[in-house]
Amino acid sequence: MRRQLSVVLAEDAALLREGLVGILERAGHEVVAAVSDAEALLAYVARELPDVVVTDIRMPPTHTDEGLRAAARIRAEHPGIAVMVLSAYVAEAYVPELLDSAPHGGVGYLLKDRVGHVREFLESLDRVAAGETVVDPQVVRQLLGRRRDDGPLARLTEREREVLALMAEGRTNGSIAQELVVSEAAVRKHVGNIFIKLRLDAGSDRRVSAVLAYLRG
Amino acid sequence: MTRTPDAWAALRAHPWRYLGSRWPWGALAYLLTTVPIGIVMLVVLLGILFVGALTAVVVVGLVVLAGIPVLAGVLGVLERARLRLVQGAPASGMSLRERLRAGRRLPVSWPEVGYAFLVAVVLWPLDALVVLAVFVSVTLILAPLLATVDTFVMLGWEVEPGPEAWLAAAIAVPALPLAAYVVGVLAVAQAALARQLLSPRDAELAQAVADLRRSRVDLVDAFETERRRIERDLHDGVQQRLVALTMTLGSAELDVPEGPGLNLVRQAHRQAEEALEELRTTVRGIHPRVLADHGLAAAVHEIADRSLVPVTVEIRLDERLPAPVETAAYFVVSEALTNVARHSGARRAQVHGWRRAGSFILAVVDDGQGGAVVDRASGSGLAGLAVRLDALGGDLRVTSPTGGPTEVRMEAPCAGN
Repeated sequence: MRRQLSVVLAEDAALLREGLVGILERAGHEVVAAVSDAEALLAYVARELPDVVVTDIRMPPTHTDEGLRAAARIRAEHPGIAVMVLSAYVAEAYVPELLDSAPHGGVGYLLKDRVGHVREFLESLDRVAAGETVVDPQVVRQLLGRRRDDGPLARLTEREREVLALMAEGRTNGSIAQELVVSEAAVRKHVGNIFIKLRLDAGSDRRVSAVLAYLRG
Repeated sequence: MTRTPDAWAALRAHPWRYLGSRWPWGALAYLLTTVPIGIVMLVVLLGILFVGALTAVVVVGLVVLAGIPVLAGVLGVLERARLRLVQGAPASGMSLRERLRAGRRLPVSWPEVGYAFLVAVVLWPLDALVVLAVFVSVTLILAPLLATVDTFVMLGWEVEPGPEAWLAAAIAVPALPLAAYVVGVLAVAQAALARQLLSPRDAELAQAVADLRRSRVDLVDAFETERRRIERDLHDGVQQRLVALTMTLGSAELDVPEGPGLNLVRQAHRQAEEALEELRTTVRGIHPRVLADHGLAAAVHEIADRSLVPVTVEIRLDERLPAPVETAAYFVVSEALTNVARHSGARRAQVHGWRRAGSFILAVVDDGQGGAVVDRASGSGLAGLAVRLDALGGDLRVTSPTGGPTEVRMEAPCAGN
């Protein structure tokens, strides 16, 4: 039932790279290249045109945000290729950069520990490959904990914020309904209200835009 | 009447003010005391040179000769104190006690030795001459009185009581203010010479201060480098291994059939994740990645987001701060907000950061109950940061009146960056 994906992987720590290759191949995906720096990543992506790119943020030579910049470039040059960025820690500062590179979804930002939850990780990968935006629940929780007195989110009710937070995690309406123990119709109503309050027009992918608005605060 | 700060200023002032001030007396005392000091120096120096030269062949003499700088040093201490008679303040320098404690490590101060010889050979005879002149003038003024008591002979002149004695006094009267000026000028010149030779040279002091400052900055830098190394080691080593472990355990969860075995694997997975989380917290406390990658504003936003007390952050920076300042500022915010959450009872807090005239200023303010103090002796928390900022040429101040609000404010120079 799961679509087999071709994946280019970039991760400089050999241990994690091998682990990731193992997990991806177990799930039936094809790892066409596993590299250790951003330059090789860009080269392989241009040659192989994979379905998904999985990349660490920090890589040689400067160990800062090479992976992130490579991801943005890949999104710009090949909008059809989904990108999953892995981070070793919650760093809100990286989120806007990443989302700015992908106004139409197809990106993910996960903490590396999430990879350990193999099933969840593979599901997230599938969703990103299908064009959704997936942000690590822990990152979302952290952003949720932030209180803002101004900005568009102030217009939302507590419940609507909850729904939006779950949307940001990439949940479907059904899954959100389950989590909040309400009917799916109720969730749809909340989602509609969120779109209205955030003044999102019907033209764009409103679900993604709402999440972006949420994550930017 | 305003007081003149030293004899030189008095000499240049109106004559009446000089003559009426304490400075002529100070100058006279200075010259007068130079005489016995100079004689003692002469005798002792001659003694040392004589004995030293005689015994130089048997090495002991060299030790004896080495006494000269010590003697010069002792004289230096005395002379610096004596400058007060003419200059209003003693010259700075090491006290006798400090000098003795410094012992052999102190290099020979050749200006001091030179001054010792100067006092012993030139200055005291000169001073004695001038003092004698003053003594003669005073005696002549008293001639009418003295001549009536006894036969009065001065410089081979046998003064008769009566008109002759009055003549002697009349000659001497204008000589007195003249003598006061001669005494003053001589004393001022001599004191200036002494200060020149005995004061530690400013350039040397400035150099010493610069060296000290640089070594402190080096220490902070070394400390910082070490922190980064530890952070990198933990991040690239232990943390990666733990992540790999959770990945393996996660894969195992898919393979192991439902039952006690799977439960144990899940438990192991959970424990590995807890260890990872603890490690992550530790790494953040050592040197946060986001600070290195994205700078102070991003890193402070991150702390603010983790804070239980709502925090507004406003940091205006066009470009990155120098690394030591950035790190210090980060930990000031981190520490201050931790304190806010733990002790203050505040409902909200603000972090402001801005540049002003070559400095970076950062303030963390809360609306709590106040009463916070920086315990410098403990060396922990804010106190440690105060020391670090001090080394960077900045400072850290905590104002926290009882009842609040509390402000933690740091300032650090960051010119040219």
